[in-house]
Amino acid sequence: MKKLLSILMVFALLLPVTATFGQDDTMEQPLVGFWEQCPTPENLPETVNVGAIFGLSEAVAVYGTAQQNAVQLAVDEINASHYLGENSALVVMFEDSAGNRDQAIAAMTKLVEEDGVVAVLGPTLSSEAFAADPVAQENSTVVMGVSNTANGITEMGDYVFRDSLPEGAVIPGTIAQAAEILGLAKVGLFYGNDDDFTVSGYEVFKAALEENGIEILSEETFAKGDVDFNAQLTNLIAAEPDALVVSALAAEATQIILQARALGYEGPIIGGNGFNSPAVLRDTGADSEGLIVGGAWNYGNPNPTESSVQFVEMYEAAYEMSPDQFAAQAYTGAWLMATAIRCADSTDRTAVRDSLAGIADFDSPLGVFSFDEDRNPVHDPIAQIVVDGKFQPLALVMGE
Amino acid sequence: MNITQQVVNAIWLGGVYSLFALGYALVFSILGVLNLAHSAVFMWGAFIGLVMVTQFSFSVWLAIPVAMLGAGLIGVLLDAVAFAPLRRRNAPRIAQLISSIGAAILLVNIAQLIFGTQPQRFPLGSIPTDTIEGLPFRITPIQIIILLVSVALMALLQYMVIRTRAGQAMRAVAFNQRVASLLGVNVSGIFRMTFFLAGALAGAAGVLYGLAYNSMTPFMGDQVALKGLTVIVLGGMGNIQGAVVGGFVVAALEVFSIANGGSNYRDAFVFTLLFLILLFRPQGLVGQKEHTRA
Repeated sequence: MKKLLSILMVFALLLPVTATFGQDDTMEQPLVGFWEQCPTPENLPETVNVGAIFGLSEAVAVYGTAQQNAVQLAVDEINASHYLGENSALVVMFEDSAGNRDQAIAAMTKLVEEDGVVAVLGPTLSSEAFAADPVAQENSTVVMGVSNTANGITEMGDYVFRDSLPEGAVIPGTIAQAAEILGLAKVGLFYGNDDDFTVSGYEVFKAALEENGIEILSEETFAKGDVDFNAQLTNLIAAEPDALVVSALAAEATQIILQARALGYEGPIIGGNGFNSPAVLRDTGADSEGLIVGGAWNYGNPNPTESSVQFVEMYEAAYEMSPDQFAAQAYTGAWLMATAIRCADSTDRTAVRDSLAGIADFDSPLGVFSFDEDRNPVHDPIAQIVVDGKFQPLALVMGE
Repeated sequence: MNITQQVVNAIWLGGVYSLFALGYALVFSILGVLNLAHSAVFMWGAFIGLVMVTQFSFSVWLAIPVAMLGAGLIGVLLDAVAFAPLRRRNAPRIAQLISSIGAAILLVNIAQLIFGTQPQRFPLGSIPTDTIEGLPFRITPIQIIILLVSVALMALLQYMVIRTRAGQAMRAVAFNQRVASLLGVNVSGIFRMTFFLAGALAGAAGVLYGLAYNSMTPFMGDQVALKGLTVIVLGGMGNIQGAVVGGFVVAALEVFSIANGGSNYRDAFVFTLLFLILLFRPQGLVGQKEHTRA
């Protein structure tokens, strides 16, 4: 029945996106973009089609909706400022993958083989990327993950990129800092064992814990879509850990925090990327105090880039809510893709790939951004802790 | 391992499973049809409760009966749209089963249009979640309420079916529709009532489940639909006491397989039991061989 529902939902959810396109043709030049480095393109067609596969329904919509909003915001800016030339407009075709591998493959096949898009952004989940990205690779089409943080994503081929820091780049720093500041000696480890993202998060956590000489008292698992974690948490808490280390997506993360606190656990909870969302904080209230998460971008960063400040303003004006890390990465992803097309001055898929791979020192909301030789992002991560209901940079809180 | 705490975890999870499975069992025992839209009615119960609290500032306690009433009416509507027309022209039961799948998809999609797909929650503070002090285990007031309401509703249903005239009529219809109607029982009225009761039970389970885990999406029914089916097979299809016992058995099995380090295999444990029951005791745990109908 779930399958049937999912299939129907694809049709139900291919609804048009609310666009705020082109109210103002004379807007000032955005701070993002290679305005100087690459000349205004002259050879682009009237519309440049790019695909985007995000999870817009089911539990994954927590991320997918923010991503869709952010990409649409970037596209509106790109077109209003004629970044791709006077007569060319970027058009993004959104597809819903619903967090489902098969649906992601179907969406990728449609975009790449039928619609003939220049490149694709997404899919939202790492597990979807592992399923769908090979389709793009076979068709020599660039696919850029804007939230895939599992290890091994870009190993699928030379057309696979991402602008989201892999867990491997964020977690070791988070664990090392937390271990040093909080004096961790023994922890309980809890993870979802049926999703590539949460499993790879678990593996990186485990390696980082061992590297820092922290003992793992017990390990427990759950499945995507679970809502009751009391039995596992009871076990973990009974071992009296210094911290709970959890690799989960946002929907489950919320429940895990609430239920751990209801079971009387008061210590720190160290989470993977899935915990890095305002929704998690809003829904857990005071229970989220002491949650520690490493991230690629932080709303309260004491030293944001200028483009980050502008992005936050634009996003809040357009959607009446604050952007999270996923929005910042999706926004940056859309700009990176447009930049690759601008600098290539072509919609040839291979030319766009080469142009994208060459992007370095790109000023973005994420900071100064480059791709390494494996098409993974290079920029500084930021370790954060929840204080007074907000993700605060760990260095800032501990420096006080 | 903290055994007391795990027993508490198992008991109140069992309460929710049982309450959900009761509606399944009730419809199956009276009509002999699996109503696969039950999980969608369950979800609607949760959302009606949520809307009462967030839009109309009802207290959580008042939201429970309102959600039951609303879900009961959805149940009646479901009967009128998806079951009654098929019954009137003596369609095979498989057609009713499929029509209930269609109704489920429709109900879920309507919820999706209205509420969106992001998890919805009761506002922080509207649910009493402060742990009760002075006990050897952790339990919150809401968990106790859930257990009490579940057990009370089960007892009430049992009393109704066994002791009241309406209950007698329901059992008569379950035994033989034609004979019952010859004896003056309003058969389609009984069907409507059955769907109302099943819907109200699903609504109660939905709003309690929503309160317990405070995470509601249009797809929340999927999480319990399969568990509910397991519960009624364990209990003997359409057996009301069986559904109650089955709910607690499934919850206990799930919790204790996790408690003993099997969090990777908990569903395997549950469904292995289901398989064994189907092989060796197809009448269910509590059912007797000959007459299993309520």
